[in-house]
Amino acid sequence: MSAEFIGFLRRVLAPDALLTEPEQLAPYECDALSAYRQLPLAVALPSTAEQIAEVMQLCKAFQIAVVARGHGTGLSGGALPLKGALLLSLARLNKILSIDPLARTATVQPGVRNLAISEAVAGHGLYYAPDPSSQIACSIGGNVAENSGGIHCLKYGLTVHNILALRVITMDGDILAIGSHALDAPGYDLLALMTGSEGMLGVIVEVTVRLLPKPERAQVMLAAFDSVEQAGIAVGEIIAAGIIPAGLEMMDKLAIHAAEQYVHAGYPMHAAAILLVEIDGVNEEVSHGIRVVHDVVKACGATEIHTATDSEQRARLWAGRKAAFPAMGRISPDYYCMDGTIPRKQLPTVLQRIAELSAEYGLRVANVFHAGDGNLHPLILYDANVPDELHKTEQLGGKILQACIDAGGTITGEHGVGIEKIDQMCAQFATPELEIFHALKSAFDPQGLLNPGKAVPSLYRCAELGAMHVHGGKLAHPELPRF
Amino acid sequence: MNDWLEQASDRIKQAVADKQTLTIRGGNSKHFYGNAASGSVLSTLANSGIVDYKPRELTITALAGTPLSEIESLLAQNNQILPFEPPHFGTATWGGCVASGLSGPSRPYRGAVRDAVLGVSLLDGRGQHLHFGGRVIKNVAGYDVSRLMAGSMGTLGVLTEITCKVLPRPECERTVVLDSDRNIAIHTMNMLATKPLPISATAWRRGEGVLGQMLIRLSGTESAVVAAMKQIGGTRFGDTTSNDTTFWDDLKEHRLAEFAARPLWRVSVPATTQARSAALEFPNVVMVEWGGALRWLGGDLPADYIFCLAAHMGGHATLFYQGDNGLHEANGEGITGQEVVNVFSPLTLPMAEMNQRIRQIFDPHGVFDANRL
Repeated sequence: MSAEFIGFLRRVLAPDALLTEPEQLAPYECDALSAYRQLPLAVALPSTAEQIAEVMQLCKAFQIAVVARGHGTGLSGGALPLKGALLLSLARLNKILSIDPLARTATVQPGVRNLAISEAVAGHGLYYAPDPSSQIACSIGGNVAENSGGIHCLKYGLTVHNILALRVITMDGDILAIGSHALDAPGYDLLALMTGSEGMLGVIVEVTVRLLPKPERAQVMLAAFDSVEQAGIAVGEIIAAGIIPAGLEMMDKLAIHAAEQYVHAGYPMHAAAILLVEIDGVNEEVSHGIRVVHDVVKACGATEIHTATDSEQRARLWAGRKAAFPAMGRISPDYYCMDGTIPRKQLPTVLQRIAELSAEYGLRVANVFHAGDGNLHPLILYDANVPDELHKTEQLGGKILQACIDAGGTITGEHGVGIEKIDQMCAQFATPELEIFHALKSAFDPQGLLNPGKAVPSLYRCAELGAMHVHGGKLAHPELPRF
Repeated sequence: MNDWLEQASDRIKQAVADKQTLTIRGGNSKHFYGNAASGSVLSTLANSGIVDYKPRELTITALAGTPLSEIESLLAQNNQILPFEPPHFGTATWGGCVASGLSGPSRPYRGAVRDAVLGVSLLDGRGQHLHFGGRVIKNVAGYDVSRLMAGSMGTLGVLTEITCKVLPRPECERTVVLDSDRNIAIHTMNMLATKPLPISATAWRRGEGVLGQMLIRLSGTESAVVAAMKQIGGTRFGDTTSNDTTFWDDLKEHRLAEFAARPLWRVSVPATTQARSAALEFPNVVMVEWGGALRWLGGDLPADYIFCLAAHMGGHATLFYQGDNGLHEANGEGITGQEVVNVFSPLTLPMAEMNQRIRQIFDPHGVFDANRL
């Protein structure tokens, strides 16, 4: 049957747009979560929305599952191929369709790179605000699918706050025009539902993004502290002073050392924690903000404060933070990046818990942290060549996410659930909520052909894990058998 | 579940059994908005109170029946605001504010209700108490059901608790006013929005002058606001000694004379929309907000014509305030006495089907008043 399916695909796609040989498929066997790998049945590389619609119709006719993929930079395995399923690459839909500088919008195809949008509109003094660390490579379609964040979320929001409209093809072949160039739309907010839906509801074939004027000035300050607690307190005090920094990042000692050795950003090696605080806006506002932040961090016990005075210094201070992940690759054969979010006040408790878990499992953990929005990225250092170490790492990661849930937070702030955090979803949500999620998926994809098994765990899986939530002493459907 | 939740859940289950329709009501301040309510009332007022508010977390969690004024005054005591400046129209509640999804003058610059919503709890049409999102600023676990609730008009469930993001109150707010023709004002608002200026609200009002007036609110540090005022020009509006908010409050609460017109249409369009010919002009524009993206049309206008024109311009229309005669279809003579069933722009067929499927997920027995939306 799959030979027949491939035969039909060949009629729809150009000869170079269908990959079926194992050596051609290999580059697609994983996304940026490379611990999980699987060869797909085939890779389709359509170049038009019409081809996508035809490919999806074929998949429906043959009951073959489809996994959509942008540029494969996701960190949760959302674009991990499935056995026997088609991998639908959107990389060739890479055109910027229109830019309206006065309306501050750009309409682009899903394979356009995040940074390419900002580059294309820079001449108009505009930019696209969400800036995930992979922005030179990641696709806007993937950003929408994951509701990607970045280092400027606290002030400028996530992807969901910066898009206006989508064109989506559903598994039923409907083309949905979701949202509009106006600021709201009639009916339910499907734009919110689609954003962060991890390729489970439809294939995004067009995105209209909102553009912002480039700030007149941006200035970054580094503050060093003798303890993570002090740095955490300083974060709260900055917010309490009425300042919303454009970026507010924290790194712990292990992260500082790794980054410093890698890019020589000028980070103080004696510090237990550093904060990077970026203030942007109009000139007068930045001057005021930098003054206030300087006073606040000093009062909180900062041992060293540097303010970048030119764009070169600013770039250097950020370089260390932006290189934190690859820097780990130099001090450890492998690393595993977590993505929990917690209320900021819980930071000392959660970091303490991570330190305990790190000792218990005998695995080093470095912490980089979008401190402004409470989004932790603990990086677990491990060696995949040591038998069982990946397994231990996954267990440690699961415990860290549980600590985030216990602190009133969430298992993923911006990377998505994908395949990686599917089991933790059983702890984050109870059965009735998971049932709603499954029903929402069915509303868009009744046959469950789009990225099945990702993002939302089956109730069976959760029951197997023994993490079934029992609410008020009762299961939601006591009449149903549970395994 | 607390007592109120249990009672409300039982009420829903009983209504399902009795095939009764329930209309969810908070302060009843927006009874005029949306399609007419037709069910028996389920009041959320007793489910009231602030659950969690730590100013440093930039979030607030409150029960849905909490008066909006209570939330805003608590925030004000801590020098914080709701980014989306919701209208009250009387005694609004927290739940009604989210369910109606209406945002005020700051919407284009600080985001809408849905942008600030971080988490909700709700009773669905089976009486189940469900929790989505959370109390943290960033959260992508599961589909974004929280934001789906904003603007759902009580058709998906009874909101019981909502967490929203809040912002610090700007140190200084000033409004400048310039005499301006409407089309030039819309163009100017868009031009200004392409520049890094601390603009937090814009409006054009027809007023009584020849041209009309454009008003621009600037918010931020005093130095930044003063610098921007110099750049924009115009004259300072209102009381010159303090932060004068009366115009924007009156605009948000529809207390300005322009909002007295009946019927009054709310038309949401791309901000730069300008008619290419006189025939495509929106008639009777009395007020423009949101940098050009929100336009208010006063007077008895044929519904299908307004819906069509708004759709042609890439937006949608809502009959916000009905006239004495209710909503009427056009047949060339205006009023025919034949009622149109929906005050909202019609959805395309696939979108209407998808909306229907989503409603059935949350309310499989049709217990909530679906007519409202």
